[in-house]
Amino acid sequence: MNAFSHPAAVAPTIGYASDERALIPPAVKPRKTGTRRRLALGRAIPFGALIGPALLLVVWSIGSVAGLIDPRTLPAPWSVVGTAVDLIAEGKLQGHLMTSAWRAAQGLVFGVLIGTVLALISGLSRLGEAIIDGPVQIKRAIPTLALIPLLMLWFGIGEGMKVTTIALAVLIPIYIQTHSSLRSIDSRYVELAQTLRMGYGEFIREVILPGALPGFFLGLRFAVTYAWLSLVVVEQVNATSGIGYMIDLARNYGQTDIVIVGLVLYALLGLASDGIVSFFQERSLSWRRTLAD
Amino acid sequence: MASHLGGLSGAPVVRVESLIRSFGLRTILDGLSLDIDKGEFVALLGRSGSGKSTLLRALADLDDKVSGSGRLETPDKKSVVFQDARLLPWKRVLENVMLGLNLPDAAKRGRAALEEVGLGGRENAWPVELSGGEQQRVALARSLVRDPELLLADEPFGALDALTRLRMHDLLRQLCARHQPAVLLVTHDVDEAVTLADRVLVLDKGGIVADIAIDIPTPRDHGDRRFGEVRSELLRHLGVETKPVLPV
Repeated sequence: MNAFSHPAAVAPTIGYASDERALIPPAVKPRKTGTRRRLALGRAIPFGALIGPALLLVVWSIGSVAGLIDPRTLPAPWSVVGTAVDLIAEGKLQGHLMTSAWRAAQGLVFGVLIGTVLALISGLSRLGEAIIDGPVQIKRAIPTLALIPLLMLWFGIGEGMKVTTIALAVLIPIYIQTHSSLRSIDSRYVELAQTLRMGYGEFIREVILPGALPGFFLGLRFAVTYAWLSLVVVEQVNATSGIGYMIDLARNYGQTDIVIVGLVLYALLGLASDGIVSFFQERSLSWRRTLAD
Repeated sequence: MASHLGGLSGAPVVRVESLIRSFGLRTILDGLSLDIDKGEFVALLGRSGSGKSTLLRALADLDDKVSGSGRLETPDKKSVVFQDARLLPWKRVLENVMLGLNLPDAAKRGRAALEEVGLGGRENAWPVELSGGEQQRVALARSLVRDPELLLADEPFGALDALTRLRMHDLLRQLCARHQPAVLLVTHDVDEAVTLADRVLVLDKGGIVADIAIDIPTPRDHGDRRFGEVRSELLRHLGVETKPVLPV
């Protein structure tokens, strides 16, 4: 009767199934519940995101204690923590962190602003698209990191070059996602705006911007990742401060523990910033109902 | 025929003369003419593809990409109710009603309109939280809050279940009695047309082939003999033959 039913699932239900049979005419078989696969995802596992990383940490600890991992290759978790505590006590870690965060933030802000403005101009006018879309697509085809030599010739090796590199990397996902989200706004809403006699400004504010917001946030999440990625590279090119510089210096002296501290810091920064973005994403897009809900 | 009394006092609010609309080589509306009086409720019937929506979109100024000619006079204050409620999903219910309404007391008017359609208290709900019928009521509130002289409705109840549809008919009739807009209701439901309208038009082959004034007193009973006669006549114009209705 039911293509999805599994024979094994029938057996334990006999206890009440017989009661049911007494009530239901014999031609109708009692419907087995729970045997059909539900298409939605079911309930979320509490703190599910932490399970994988915790498992990795356990494997790492056991490996270190059992002597399976050479401390020169990968120091034990507790010695990495010890190194971090020392670095904080010396004030080095905070200094490098602030420098890196400030670079990333500046690059992110400029990149997001420029990317959004370009996406709006190109999304809302044919002429704008003709002028802007081509160059952005060309820029997209060239890896940002390949531009570093040119940027160094133009801006030197100071902060300007670093922030510019990050901004250029950030601009692309913001532009692409915002533009595509904006262009896929349902034409029925445009019609509605027309029948409600909205002005152009109101149309942009009430229809276009909120309609493009899902794409903007998706772009922003990519952008944050790209910002950290570019930061890593620019900090290893002629930097005298920042987490990347700290890692590079530690590599020269074979201080694996400091390298790991730097990597953990990058991971925490990446996760924290992604968390902040998705927090705002969820708050701003609370009107949506999706598979994840 | 109270609505036609309104027509005596002035010019019609909608005047369409020799309207032609075509998509490529296919002519959808072929020299169509139509007047709608002030406050008159007109239902427009027609088979699918007969051009009902094309006419409505022409009246709503939504056909700038369609080629055609003709004279078209419509009031400035008009609003459209679509088949889908077409609420902006990122705006709460009250904000949806107030869209495009640049008046100092927009919020007050919006609340009153929601109250009128029976959704007082749901101002802060998101559109996804409402049922299909409730969404369509918000769409009605959004139209009426503009005090339209002409209400254009494109199969507004087509996507609703039968019970909800009957309730919406009552609501629409009450709202129209109170606000007195001229209405053009596009529908494929003959009973809906006869229940609600002062005048029913049948559109076929690009023109109006029947124009029947409904002289049944309201509220109209589907079992009424005159109702059955009008229904049969309309169905005949739509190409559906029915057996004569036996008197009860």
